[in-house]
Amino acid sequence: MLPELGHFALILALLLAALQAFFGIAGPMLGRERWIAAVTPAVAGQFVMIATAVGCLVASFVANDFSVMYIAENSNSALPLFYRVTAMWGAHEGSLLLWILLLAAWTVAVTIGAARLPPRFAARVLGVLGVVSFGFLLFTLATSNPFLRLDPAAPDGRDLNPILQDPALAIHPPILYTGYVGFAVAFAFACAAMLEGRLDQMWARWTRPWTTAAWAFLTCGIALGSFWAYYELGWGGFWFWDPVENASFMPWLVGTALVHSLAVTDKRGLFKSWTLLLAILAFSMSMLGTFLVRSGVLVSVHSFAADPSRGIFILAFLIVMIGGALSLYAWRAPLLKSTAGFELGARESFLLFNNVLLVIAAATVFAGTLAPLISDALKLGTVSVGPPYFNPTFMLSMLPLLALLSVGIHSNWKRGRLQDKQRTLLYTLIAAAVLACGLVFGIYSHGRVLTPVGATLALWIVLASLVDPIDRWRRGLSLSRAVIGMTIAHLGLATAVIALTTVQSFTTERDVALAPGASASAGGYEFRFDGVRPVEGPNYDGVGGTIVVTRAGAPVTVLTPEKRQYWVQHQVITQTSIKMHRGNNLLVALGEDLGAGRWSVRIQIRPLVSLIWLAALIMAIGGATAASDRRYRTVRAAEAPALGATAGDGAA
Amino acid sequence: MNRFTLPAALFVLLVIVLAIGIKHSPDKGIIASPLIGKPAPQFSLPSLTDASRTVSSTSLRGRWYLLNVWGSWCGTCREEHRMLLEARQSGLVPLIGLDWKDDDAQALSWLQQLGNPYEVVAVDREGRTAIDWGVYAAPESFLVNPQGIVVYKCMGELTRQIWEKEILPRLPKQQTAKS
Repeated sequence: MLPELGHFALILALLLAALQAFFGIAGPMLGRERWIAAVTPAVAGQFVMIATAVGCLVASFVANDFSVMYIAENSNSALPLFYRVTAMWGAHEGSLLLWILLLAAWTVAVTIGAARLPPRFAARVLGVLGVVSFGFLLFTLATSNPFLRLDPAAPDGRDLNPILQDPALAIHPPILYTGYVGFAVAFAFACAAMLEGRLDQMWARWTRPWTTAAWAFLTCGIALGSFWAYYELGWGGFWFWDPVENASFMPWLVGTALVHSLAVTDKRGLFKSWTLLLAILAFSMSMLGTFLVRSGVLVSVHSFAADPSRGIFILAFLIVMIGGALSLYAWRAPLLKSTAGFELGARESFLLFNNVLLVIAAATVFAGTLAPLISDALKLGTVSVGPPYFNPTFMLSMLPLLALLSVGIHSNWKRGRLQDKQRTLLYTLIAAAVLACGLVFGIYSHGRVLTPVGATLALWIVLASLVDPIDRWRRGLSLSRAVIGMTIAHLGLATAVIALTTVQSFTTERDVALAPGASASAGGYEFRFDGVRPVEGPNYDGVGGTIVVTRAGAPVTVLTPEKRQYWVQHQVITQTSIKMHRGNNLLVALGEDLGAGRWSVRIQIRPLVSLIWLAALIMAIGGATAASDRRYRTVRAAEAPALGATAGDGAA
Repeated sequence: MNRFTLPAALFVLLVIVLAIGIKHSPDKGIIASPLIGKPAPQFSLPSLTDASRTVSSTSLRGRWYLLNVWGSWCGTCREEHRMLLEARQSGLVPLIGLDWKDDDAQALSWLQQLGNPYEVVAVDREGRTAIDWGVYAAPESFLVNPQGIVVYKCMGELTRQIWEKEILPRLPKQQTAKS
């Protein structure tokens, strides 16, 4: 009964989404006040229906109802309760439902925040969100219904993919999707502004906290995914430029650009058309990511089951949404005229560089990700693009970005005079360079050319970011949350650069064959292999190795990598063992059984690798702090009526 | 065209690329694999029919084999299945299946219903081995020689024509003469 109830709730949600889209867009257009008033109830009803559907699916998972095909394919009665719940989003259908639930939740949040918006404008924002929700609901019901029954019911389920049985991955999709979906809000604001012709900077003010919050979630989600790949998959890396990873990284890069360009539009009324375009692009990248992951056009390690009919549906949806938004842009953006100017060296120009470099970075990732498709379309043969392409091209746009950041935060709006800051900038740069070279050559006494460069740029950002806040704090002046958040996020970026530079420059990796009792040395540590023993888990068995780590004779730790065989799916999973020691990440994975007790063992020593994920967390905290600034939540009373008056007219 | 229509124009191009990506007709046998003439990628995977056994590239060394990438979810694989059965009958070259991103139970019932043309089937559920082999869309077949070098790749359905014109001529004379 529950699956049918969920299915029915989903159909009702689809109808409510259609109403929300229709009333939200047609109401303001035709000036029907009662239609506008109907939008918010439609949003609330839709949320209730979607929550009901999700509740039914989760309840069916918990109850081990293997008469539901999706549950039979992705769960098992031996699966612990926690993973039975998270298995809901363990595959395509359920994760799509999660996407829809989060979109509905964001939409409800917008209706609450929209109390301060002019009603017509709010209705349009909700209408556009209704179109997005309608599309995804239709997609789910038409091609990916998680409630389909299996007749006869399966005696037991096929189990959740073992690599997904991990806490980091269990919470990774909800956080990542919250970020993806959050960009839908910026997209809806941009579309609503274009529909209404309200292209002044107010829409940017309204959009800023939403975008920053979405960006913070996306940052966390990407970091969790990378953390999971490192700890669970044991691939020995934290980023692989895999199509699915890129699918989440491209919206992040464009979203980062958007966060910065919104600041310019909000503060100075500049870059208006550019900001609109970025708002469209950020969400377009999210949707394109969905397409790439779920249509099967690109082979990825963690893509969902391929199904061309899904691909065609998403493509049609992309054409409607992105094509529609870009057409609207082509029609409305020419109306925009920026009256204010700025000098080279003013903050505006630095933010412009920031935007250009981030968009270039996104474009290079985009080109690399789609290269196999493009070369196929042009019949140039099969190509595969990997780190040798991505690493240098990405660095090419990131290094100038980092250098300009330190200068940019000291620049002023409008005026290009940097003379009064020259001394601060120079001193911080020299201090950063001395510190960086001291650290690099003092600790490691070797390194590549880019090592001191990366370290210097990162430390420069740290010092330059802190100069102003410390100065204001000492003079007893207050700092707005927006500025504190920005500073934290920039410190997070610097942390990431330090971590990446160190990991890239100083990682030691060895593959050795070890007999019991034998040892190998790497990076100043001794690794003694004490053989393997059988292990048994709740739904798997396998072997576990014991490796005793010492440094200069002193015991450091014991590593216990495992090789597990999951019973139901017969899948072998390598569980790496990772320990931290003085900032070094020691990683050991069991390879192949070489017979007679000998095993191949992979040893890795990665300095500061945990700092990468910490850095992402710092950035996200910065974003959350900035998004919570009260300035965004108080639209001054004087502004609101003035805005209402311009409603319906063009931007001119 | 002004600068504001440029994004829409670029988007149209992107849509075309994506649409071709979806259509991706299986008659792409002409596209050469970068693997040809190079050693076949290493792999070691569980066997579909006997989970305790592993199928590895090293155990296949020393003889010719045709690695066929398939999945029970793949429609074209069903179409080429009869040809694969005939190929097995001929006994000219052993077929090694690579069951790509599939479900074991479904794959097994597929083989039960349609017949099993494979000497052994390796299970690549995550598709990592398929990535190493540069697999793009099932079905794909790779002809590998006893030195472990990939000599031919067929993208899409393995038709009788490809079997006779591309696969058989590449096999050594005495092997084909056996039939």
